[in-house]
Amino acid sequence: MSAPSTAAPLPIGQPWRKPPFIKRPWLRWTLIIGFIAYLIAAFLTIDVNWSRVYDGLERGKQFVLAFTSPDFTSRSGDIWEGMIESIVMTVAASVVGIAISIPIALGAARNVAPLPIYLICRSIIAVSRALQEIIVAILLVAIFGFGPLAGFLTLSFATIGFLSKLLAEDIESMDRVQAEAIKASGAKWTQWINYGVQPQVMPRLIGLSIYRVDINFRESAILGLVGAGGIGATLNTAFDRYEYDTAAAILISIIVIVMALEYLSGVIRARVQ
Amino acid sequence: MPVRENGSLKVWQRRSGRESLFHWLIWLVGIAIFAYCWQQISNATTWFFVWDAPRISQDIWTRATPPRWEYISQLGKPIWDTLNIATLGTIISLFLAVPVAFLAARNTTPSALFIRPIALLIIVSTRSINSLIWALLLIAIIGPGVFAGVVAIAIRSIGFCAKLLYEAIEEIDATQVEAITATGASRWQVMAYGIVPQIMPAFAGIAVFRWDINIRESTVLGLVGAGGIGLQLSSSLNVLAWPQVSLILLVILAAVVISEWVSAKVRAAII
Repeated sequence: MSAPSTAAPLPIGQPWRKPPFIKRPWLRWTLIIGFIAYLIAAFLTIDVNWSRVYDGLERGKQFVLAFTSPDFTSRSGDIWEGMIESIVMTVAASVVGIAISIPIALGAARNVAPLPIYLICRSIIAVSRALQEIIVAILLVAIFGFGPLAGFLTLSFATIGFLSKLLAEDIESMDRVQAEAIKASGAKWTQWINYGVQPQVMPRLIGLSIYRVDINFRESAILGLVGAGGIGATLNTAFDRYEYDTAAAILISIIVIVMALEYLSGVIRARVQ
Repeated sequence: MPVRENGSLKVWQRRSGRESLFHWLIWLVGIAIFAYCWQQISNATTWFFVWDAPRISQDIWTRATPPRWEYISQLGKPIWDTLNIATLGTIISLFLAVPVAFLAARNTTPSALFIRPIALLIIVSTRSINSLIWALLLIAIIGPGVFAGVVAIAIRSIGFCAKLLYEAIEEIDATQVEAITATGASRWQVMAYGIVPQIMPAFAGIAVFRWDINIRESTVLGLVGAGGIGLQLSSSLNVLAWPQVSLILLVILAAVVISEWVSAKVRAAII
């Protein structure tokens, strides 16, 4: 058996060495040296107040201990209210966001939409993806006032960017033959979308939607920090009052709901795909 | 194929009678739930403010434009801090995520019964809590500042990186591992020569991808006091200095776009 022609013949007695991950030596060394220089610069500019950190360790221990005895009862009213509000915001925003993102996704798919509509829809997606939830929430709270409406609008807006982009990519990579067959039977544009395109992208749409519900719930937990409703406000108050056991209870509820959603989405996605 | 008989005419239908009834029921329940949710939101809203919103937004727009460009000289240090929070946070989280991923992957975990569930629990719990909440928590524990931001980003990223990494580990080619094992390699040598080279591209891709997300997240960490440009944003918002706010938002937007471009370039080079 002959050796592969690309490998240089090793002189006898010289041990084999692992090939490096980045092949070009100058690029490798520039990256390594630049990286080390950056690390040194970064460490020099971060001033850590170690005595403050040391003082805080005691409180950190208390917080970790609070997880072993979370207090669901003494603030149960607030937790319950905040959770319901978060869930309500999540559901409403997901429904509205998905409903809006479907037409935008159709517009952002090059094989369905003409160029002007394509550009408009793509720029809507780009704007929605570039702005973070929390910044949008700050602006919307300033405009619409405190409360879940601002949170609902924020999450709907964020859903549009996420879902439309991924759905548009799926529409663009669909099987042309099926769509053409429907068209050849004399279908109108709406019928073409309904019978030629929609069945092909439906599994992905359902999977993405459920994933987005999951993300929306997680995001809704922080919108309360800026006054946009949900469990975040309760959590923030609990931290401010150093009620770690209540905070632990809230965090555990969030984790449990996210885990349940993730499990549910796994089951549903396995069924539709 | 469901067919409806209309006298002598046979009409094709997409769904049979029972299926369409079931569909109709799902839609009914869905719409009822949505209506209930909307009612809840509507009850908690002061509608006067909403009707007033166009005037308010126009007012904010006139206050916020033009951005106060000279303020940018004060933003250098916060941007450097933001970059540090994202980068150092990503590096620390990768150090923590690699062992967790190896413990969570079915083919490398030492014990599928005891250790794997613990690793999965770490992944789920760090992933489901947003970095802002981690920052809130860490500020209460170790005090406000850049360090709290770094740790918050690091903790939040463990779950994400470890999840993607353990999926990559589970998909590796077992024959290569077997070949290394057959040469008499120890457990660690199998790891270094059989598994690591296979997951290295995935690892680099995940690292850059997460770094990109972390730049986004670290720009707002300052809102709760964890350093970076968000600190400037929140203080400008508190004194209603809208021209400064609009400049900071522009800078954040630029940072996000640049980091996304860098990460897309690097990932394209790797894959």
